[in-house]
Amino acid sequence: MDNRVVVTGLGVIAPNGVGLTAFTDAIKNGTSGIKHDSQLEQLQFSCQIAGKPELSDDFIAQYFTALELRNFNSTGILYGVIAGMDAWKDAGLTITEGDEPDWDSGTIFGTGTSGIDKFRESIYKVDDLQLRKLGSTVVVQTMASGISAYLGGKLGFGNQTTTNSSACITGTESILMAYERIKTGQATKMLAGSTSDSGPYIWAGFDAMKVCTYKHNPSPEQGSRPMSASASGFVPGSGAGAMVLESLDSALKRGATIYGEILGGHINSGGQRGTGTMTAPNSIAVQRCIKGALQNAGIKASQVDAINGHLTATSKDATEIQNWSIALNRKGSDFPYINSLKSTIGHCLSAAGSIECIASILQLHHDFIFPNINCEDLNPEINEMIDFNRIPQQLLNTNVNIVAKASFGFGDVNACIILKKYAK
Amino acid sequence: MDRAELIARLTPIIATYAQDKDAVASINENTDFIKDLKINSANLVDVVLDVEEEFDIEIDNVSMERMLNVSAAMEIIEDKLKSK
Repeated sequence: MDNRVVVTGLGVIAPNGVGLTAFTDAIKNGTSGIKHDSQLEQLQFSCQIAGKPELSDDFIAQYFTALELRNFNSTGILYGVIAGMDAWKDAGLTITEGDEPDWDSGTIFGTGTSGIDKFRESIYKVDDLQLRKLGSTVVVQTMASGISAYLGGKLGFGNQTTTNSSACITGTESILMAYERIKTGQATKMLAGSTSDSGPYIWAGFDAMKVCTYKHNPSPEQGSRPMSASASGFVPGSGAGAMVLESLDSALKRGATIYGEILGGHINSGGQRGTGTMTAPNSIAVQRCIKGALQNAGIKASQVDAINGHLTATSKDATEIQNWSIALNRKGSDFPYINSLKSTIGHCLSAAGSIECIASILQLHHDFIFPNINCEDLNPEINEMIDFNRIPQQLLNTNVNIVAKASFGFGDVNACIILKKYAK
Repeated sequence: MDRAELIARLTPIIATYAQDKDAVASINENTDFIKDLKINSANLVDVVLDVEEEFDIEIDNVSMERMLNVSAAMEIIEDKLKSK
C-alpha cells in the first residue's frame, strides 16, 4: 500500500524573512521584502527594485566552514544550504555521523541556474588566460546539481540526491517528485525544495524581456502588484525554501511535529500548442493540471478552502484566475480565498514554488490566510470573475483545511499540489 | 631561506585545507598531505595556487603532480626560487 506523506520540517530564506519565525511573522503582517537595489540602478536596469534575503557573515558561518567559504560565490547554494539544513533541524533530525550515510533519506532540490556569479568570475579568468587560477570549486558551485550535492554531503544522505529544473515550477515540482518517492516506498524522508541565485546576472534576461516593472523604482514596496489593475510586471526575487517530507509511519514513530499532509498533485505541459508558447501558458493545460491534481489527491473542487496562486503581477493574472475558476467550476462569492506571496517577496523564480508552498503549509498549520498587498485596486477583469472579499487584504484568522497551490513556468509547464491539514 | 622558515611559511597554507587539525600542529618534512593531514584531493590544486602566491613562483604541471607531501613541496619551492 502507498505511504501517506507528511511535512515535518520547514526552512526558508526569503526576502521578507530569514528563518521560519521571521518569515511567518512577515507573511502574516504583509511585510514587504522588496527594496531598491543600488547595483541594478548602477547597471541601468529598467527595474531597479528586487527581493533579496539579507544574511550576515556571522549567520552564514553557522552553516559553512571557513574552507567552504574560500572563493565561494554562489548565492543559490548559500540560500539552499541554509534553508535545507534549517528544515532538517526543524524536523528534529540530526546530521548523520560516521562512515555510513542515511540510506533512507535523500533530497530533490531544484534550481534554475547555479553559481551564476561564480560562472561570471570564471569566464573572465578563462578569457584572461588565467584558467589555472580557477581553483577547485568552480565545478561544484556552477553545476546545476551543486545545491543537492552540498546538502547531500552536509546531511549524509544515502538515498537519491538530485536537482530538478523546470523554470518557475521548479520548487513545486521538487516537492511533488519527493512526495512520489516516499509514497512509493523508495525513501522514508526526503528534503525537498528549491533555490534561486540573486543579482543582476540572473535577473538581466527578464529585464531585457520587459517583463519586470519599471514603474516603481521610487516606491519598492508598492512595486509587486499581483491581481491589481495597475500591475505592470513582476519584481525579481530570490531565496530558497525547503521542507522535510516523511512517511506518516516514520513521523508518528518519531513523534514529529506534522505541519500538514501532501494529498497529491499533478505536473503537465501545454506543449507550446494552442495559447501556449515558450513564455505563455496553454490555458487548457493549466486547467487540466488543476483538475488532475484534485483527482490525484482524491478531493472535490468544493473542498478547496484557499488557493495560493502563481500570480506574478503581469497581464496573465486574469487568465490564471479564469483558469482556476473554470477548473474548479467556482466563481463569485463561491470562489476559494486566493492570495499571492509575490506581492511581498516578488517572483523568486526557481525558488518561488518552494517558498510559496511553505507559506501554504503555514496557513494550514496555524489557521490563517496571509494578506495580499498592493491589489486594493483590483483588476476589473478579475473582479468580474470572483468577489473582492475572496482576495484578503488583511490577515484572516480562519480554519484552513485544504490549500491548492500551483506554479507555472517558461516552457509552458505547470504544477499543482494539494496540501491538507493533518488528521488521523 | 632555511628549511624551518620554509615550513613556517608553508604551514598556514596547508592548515587551511587540512581536515585533521591535530596533525597540523606536528607538521614536518615527512608529513603527507592526504594520508596525514586528510586534505581532500580536490584541494591539492588550491594548495599549489596558494603556494605560488606566497612564494611568487609558478609551479608547472609535472611538479604539481608530485606535490603530495611536505618534503616534495619544499623541494619544488626551493627549486623554483633558485631558478627565478
